[in-house]
Amino acid sequence: MSFIKPIFRHPTQTKNKAGFYKSDYEGRISTLCAGCGHDSINASIVAACYEMNIEPHKVVKLSGIGCSSKAPAYYLNNSHGFNTVHGRMPSVATGANMANRELTYLGVSGDGDSASIGIGQFIHVNRRNLNMVYIMMNNGCYGLTKGQDSATADIGSLSKSGSRNEFSPIDMVSMALESGATFIARSFSGDKKQLVPLIKAAMSHPGFAFIDVISPCVTFNNNKGSTKAYDFIREHIEVTSEFDFVPIREEISVEYEEGTQKSVTLHDGSQIQLSKLYSDWDPSDRNSAMEKLQQSKANGDILTGLLYIDPGSQDLHSTLNTSTLPLNQLTEEDLCPGSATLEKINTEYR
Amino acid sequence: MKPTNVQDPEYFHKVIDCQYACPAHTPVPEYIRLIANKKYTEAYMVNWESNVFPGILGRTCDRPCEPACRRGRIEKEEEPVAICRLKRVAADNKGEVKSLMPNAPLNKNGKKVALIGGGPASLTVARDLAPEGYEIHLFDEWHKGGGMMRTQIPSFRLPERVLDEEVNYVTDMGIHTHYNHFVESMKEILDEDYDAVFVGTGAPNGRDLKLPGREEADANVHIGINFLASVAFEHRDKIGRKVIILGGGNTAMDCCRTSRRLGGKEVTVVVRSPFKDMKASPWEIDDAKAEDIPIFNNMPPKSFVVENGKLKGMWFGHVRAEYDKNGKRSLIPTDDPDTFIEADDVIIAIGQDNAFPWIERDLGIEFGKWDLPILNKTTFQSTLPNVFFGGDAAFGPENIITAAAHGHQAAISIHHFCQGVDVNTRLDPTTNLVKQKMGIHEWMYDSPVVEDDRFAVPHEDKVITLSDRKVEVELGFDEITGFREAQRCLNCDVQTVFSLDQCIECDACVDVCPTSCITFTSNGAEEDLRERLSAPANNLDQDLYVSDTLPTKRVMIKDEDVCLHCGLCAERCPTAAWDMQKYLYGVTKVSKIL
Ligand SMILES: Cc1cc2nc3c(=O)[nH]c(=O)nc-3n(C[C@H](O)[C@H](O)[C@H](O)COP(=O)(O)OP(=O)(O)OC[C@H]3O[C@@H](n4cnc5c(N)ncnc54)[C@H](O)[C@@H]3O)c2cc1C
Ligand SMILES: Cc1ncc(C[n+]2csc(CCOP(=O)(O)OP(=O)(O)O)c2C)c(N)n1
Ligand code: SF4
Ligand code: SF4
Ligand code: SF4
Ligand SMILES: [Mg+2]
Repeated sequence: MSFIKPIFRHPTQTKNKAGFYKSDYEGRISTLCAGCGHDSINASIVAACYEMNIEPHKVVKLSGIGCSSKAPAYYLNNSHGFNTVHGRMPSVATGANMANRELTYLGVSGDGDSASIGIGQFIHVNRRNLNMVYIMMNNGCYGLTKGQDSATADIGSLSKSGSRNEFSPIDMVSMALESGATFIARSFSGDKKQLVPLIKAAMSHPGFAFIDVISPCVTFNNNKGSTKAYDFIREHIEVTSEFDFVPIREEISVEYEEGTQKSVTLHDGSQIQLSKLYSDWDPSDRNSAMEKLQQSKANGDILTGLLYIDPGSQDLHSTLNTSTLPLNQLTEEDLCPGSATLEKINTEYR
Repeated sequence: MKPTNVQDPEYFHKVIDCQYACPAHTPVPEYIRLIANKKYTEAYMVNWESNVFPGILGRTCDRPCEPACRRGRIEKEEEPVAICRLKRVAADNKGEVKSLMPNAPLNKNGKKVALIGGGPASLTVARDLAPEGYEIHLFDEWHKGGGMMRTQIPSFRLPERVLDEEVNYVTDMGIHTHYNHFVESMKEILDEDYDAVFVGTGAPNGRDLKLPGREEADANVHIGINFLASVAFEHRDKIGRKVIILGGGNTAMDCCRTSRRLGGKEVTVVVRSPFKDMKASPWEIDDAKAEDIPIFNNMPPKSFVVENGKLKGMWFGHVRAEYDKNGKRSLIPTDDPDTFIEADDVIIAIGQDNAFPWIERDLGIEFGKWDLPILNKTTFQSTLPNVFFGGDAAFGPENIITAAAHGHQAAISIHHFCQGVDVNTRLDPTTNLVKQKMGIHEWMYDSPVVEDDRFAVPHEDKVITLSDRKVEVELGFDEITGFREAQRCLNCDVQTVFSLDQCIECDACVDVCPTSCITFTSNGAEEDLRERLSAPANNLDQDLYVSDTLPTKRVMIKDEDVCLHCGLCAERCPTAAWDMQKYLYGVTKVSKIL
C-alpha cells in the first residue's frame, strides 16, 4: 500500500515570512487520476500561497462539483473550505465575501461547472467584480461523470471513444472580458513557471480575477484528436508575454528588452512586470485584449499569459460601500445603534 | 549532463547507501525486509553469505552502514535504522541453518592452502574456498579460532557461545585446524607443498608508553590488548580498586568496562586530546559512561608515581586543541596546574601495530611503511605471488567486517592463482532488477514511510552485568521491537526507474514527491543543475539521475539524496514511466553460497 503521503519533506525546506513551511499549505494526498492536470494546478496553488506569505487560515477555498471541484481537498488543509452544489460556487463566494472582506477567496471550478450548469452565476460574479480568484480547470469534458464533451470543447475535437464534437465552444476568457472581469488570464497546468506568478498576481488584484487553466484529463480527454490533450496544447500554445509578479516591498529583479516592457502597479503596491511579445496588444485595454484573443484563435493558437487587467479596479465592497469590519466582528452596539440613530435615519427618508 | 547509465551495476548500488557503505556490501534492506516478514533464517543466510559472522557482527560490528543510512539524512532529528542490531534479531531467532550451508566436497580439487591466523579474515577465506574442494590448513596460536574476536572482544559484548557457533560453521567445512600452533617461520610454511598461503595474523602488538616511572611501575601497568586477552583466557580475574585507562579508542572502552567487572571501583579513562577526536564509537562511549566510568579529555599523561615500589598514580598535564587551516591538530599546553590521579593499576590502550617477526625478510615478501607488506590493493597479493594478506595484517587495524571483505577478495585471488587464471581478474557483481508492482496502490514491499524514532536496545540490569563479566549487557530487540525497527527502513534498494519513452511530462511525479526529488528542466552542467532543482541538491556524495532529452527539450532530473523510496512518483505516474524495481546487488564469491 503506498497511498499514504510520508510526513518527511526536503530537509532544507524553510519557513516563509508568515512563519509557515510550504507543506503547511498542502492538502491530503490526491485521489484524482494519476497524471490529471488538476493536480499540477493544486501544486501551483500551494506554491503561490506559500510564496505570497499568506496565513493559511486567512484563505477560503471554494468549489462546485466535478473532479476540479474536488481539488480543494488536495491543498490548503488549514484553510476554510466550502464545496457547493454544481455551478453555485459564485453565489456562496459572494455571500462569504460580503460577510468578511478580510479573507482571500480562492474558487476553483471546472469547465462543466462554470460553462454549463454554472454559466449564469459565472456571468454575474464577473459583472459584480467580486474580489476573488476564480480558477477554471479546463479539460473540455466532464471528467467526473466519465468524459462527456463540455461547453468548452472545440468543434471537431475527438473524444476518447472517437466521437466528434459538433457544437461551438464557449470561450470563457472572452466571456469574462465581455462580462466585466478586471483580471483575465489563461494558462496551462503544465506550465507552472507561468501559472504560479499568475495566481500570485490574481490574489493581489482587488476585484474579480479569472484564470482559465487548460488542464488535460488524462483519463477521458488526452487522446489523439482531442484539442485539450497534453501533446496538442504543447504544440499550439502561444504566450502573450514573459511574466513576473513582484510582491510589495520586493526588489524588481527582472529586466526586459527596451520597448516591450510594461509594468502594472496594483492597489497594494505590488507590481506585474511584463515583457510583451506583441506590440499591438495593451493588457490594460479591454478592446485590445479582445482583438488579440480573436486573432490568435483565428490562427489556431492557444494564447496564454495575462490577457487583461484593469489597474483601477473597484471591487464589490467599494461599489456597495459595505462595512469594512467583518460581520462577525460587529458588536451589539454597531448593530443596534439605538433609537436616536434610528430616528436620524428615519428623518432622512421624510 | 549526460544521461545516467543505469546499466552500470554501481549506479543503483550506490543508491542503497547502507549496502554501498558496508565493506562486504551486505544487502541490508533485503535482510531487513526478511526480518519484518519473520523470515529470520533467510535473513541470517543473506548475511552469512555476505559477512560470514551475522551473530557476531549483530553485536559488535563497527557499522559503517549506519552513518551512511538515508534515514539519518531525511530530517535533522532522524536517526539511522539500527541495521547492526537487526542483524542480531535474525541470528537470535533463526531456525536450523547448517543444512543450508554448503558442504566441502569429499573429492578435493588437489590444491592445498595454508591460512596463518584464525581471525575473521582467514575464516572468510576458508569459508569461500572450502566448497570448491581446497584442502585448507588453518594455524592459530590459541586453542580455538576467532582471533581477536575471541581474545579481545569481551564476553559481555560477545558471548562465547555465539562466537563458537559461527567459527564452527566454517571450521566444520572440513578445515584442518592447527590450534595452539604459533607459526615461527614463514620459510617453513613455504617449504611445504602449499599452493598458496594467506596471512591473516592481525595487528598483534599493543603500543607502550615510555614515561618517567614506567619501568618501576611495571607490575601494575598493562598493555590493553594483552590485558583483555589474559582476561579472556582466564589468566586474570582481578584488578586494583582504582584503575586508569589511557586512550580513547574502542580498546580503551573494553578495558575500562572489563576493569569494572574485575573489581575496579574507581575506573577513569583519560584521553590526551578532545572528546570529539576520540576514536571510540559513540555507542561504546555511552555504554562506558552508563557504567559510571568518567572520561577526562585534553589531559596528556606525564609520569607514573611509584612509592615504596608500589604504583600510586599518574600525573597529567592539560592542553587545548588548535587546528590550522588544513585541519591539522596541535595540542597547546594550558596554564592549568597538573592533575594527579590515584591508581592501583594503569592500562595503556593507545593503539596497535603490525608485527611480522616470523616472516623472514629474504623470501621475496617486501615490506614498506610501518612495516606493512606491500600488496596489490585489489587482489591482496604480496610481492611473492603465492602469498596473500588480508584483515588487520594487510593495511593495519580495522574491524571484523573489513577483514571479511578482504577475505572474500583474497579468496578470489587465491582461487584464480591456483586455477591458473590471471589473479587480477575480478568477478562481476550479480545484479537483479525486479518490478514491484502488484496492483493499484499495491507494491511487493511496504512502501509507506513509518514515523517511529529509532528504538533503543534494552540492557540487562547493571548490578547483574557488573558482577559477572560473562553476562551480556545488550539483550537484543524482541521480535516486536525488531519488526518495528525493521519497518523504519526506507527500502532504498527498491529503485525508482525512469523510462523516457513513456513520460508525457504531466508533472504528476514532481507534484506528489514529498521530498522534492524530481525536476523537469533544461539541461546544464552539474553544478548549475544542482542549484536550480525543485530543492537544492547539496549532497555531492549523492548522484543526480538524469534522463535523455524529452519532447519539450527538457530533461528529467532526480536527486537521489533524500528519496524516501515511497513509490508515490510511480503511483501517480499515469503511464508507468516511473516504476519501482527492486535491485539486488551481490558481491560474487568463489563459490555460490545461496
Ligand atoms: C579491544 C578490541 C576490541 C575490538 N572490538 C571490535 C568490535 O567490537 N568490532 C569490530 O568489528 N572489530 C573490533 N576489533 C577489531 C577486530 O577484532 C579486528 O579488526 C579483527 O579481528 C581483525 O581480524 P583478522 O582476521 O585480520 O585478525 P585477528 O582477529 O587479529 O586474528 C589474527 C589471529 O592470528 C593469530 N596469530 C598472529 N600471528 C600468528 C602466527 N604467527 N601464527 C599463528 N597465529 C598467529 C593471532 O593470535 C590471532 O588469533 C577490536 C579490536 C580490539 C583490539
Ligand atoms: C445538479 C447536478 N447536475 C449534474 C451533476 C452531474 N455532474 C457531476 S460533475 C459534472 C460535470 C463536471 O465537469 P467539470 O466541471 O468540467 O469538472 P471535471 O470533472 O471535468 O474537472 C456533472 C454534470 C451533478 N453532480 N449535479
Ligand atoms: S477523470 Fe479526468 S479530470 Fe477527473 S481526475 Fe481523472 S484525469 Fe482528472
Ligand atoms: S533506510 Fe534502509 S535501505 Fe536505506 S540506507 Fe537505511 S537501512 Fe539502508
Ligand atoms: S520514491 Fe518517488 S515520490 Fe517517493 S521520495 Fe522518491 S522520488 Fe519522491
Ligand atoms: Mg472538465
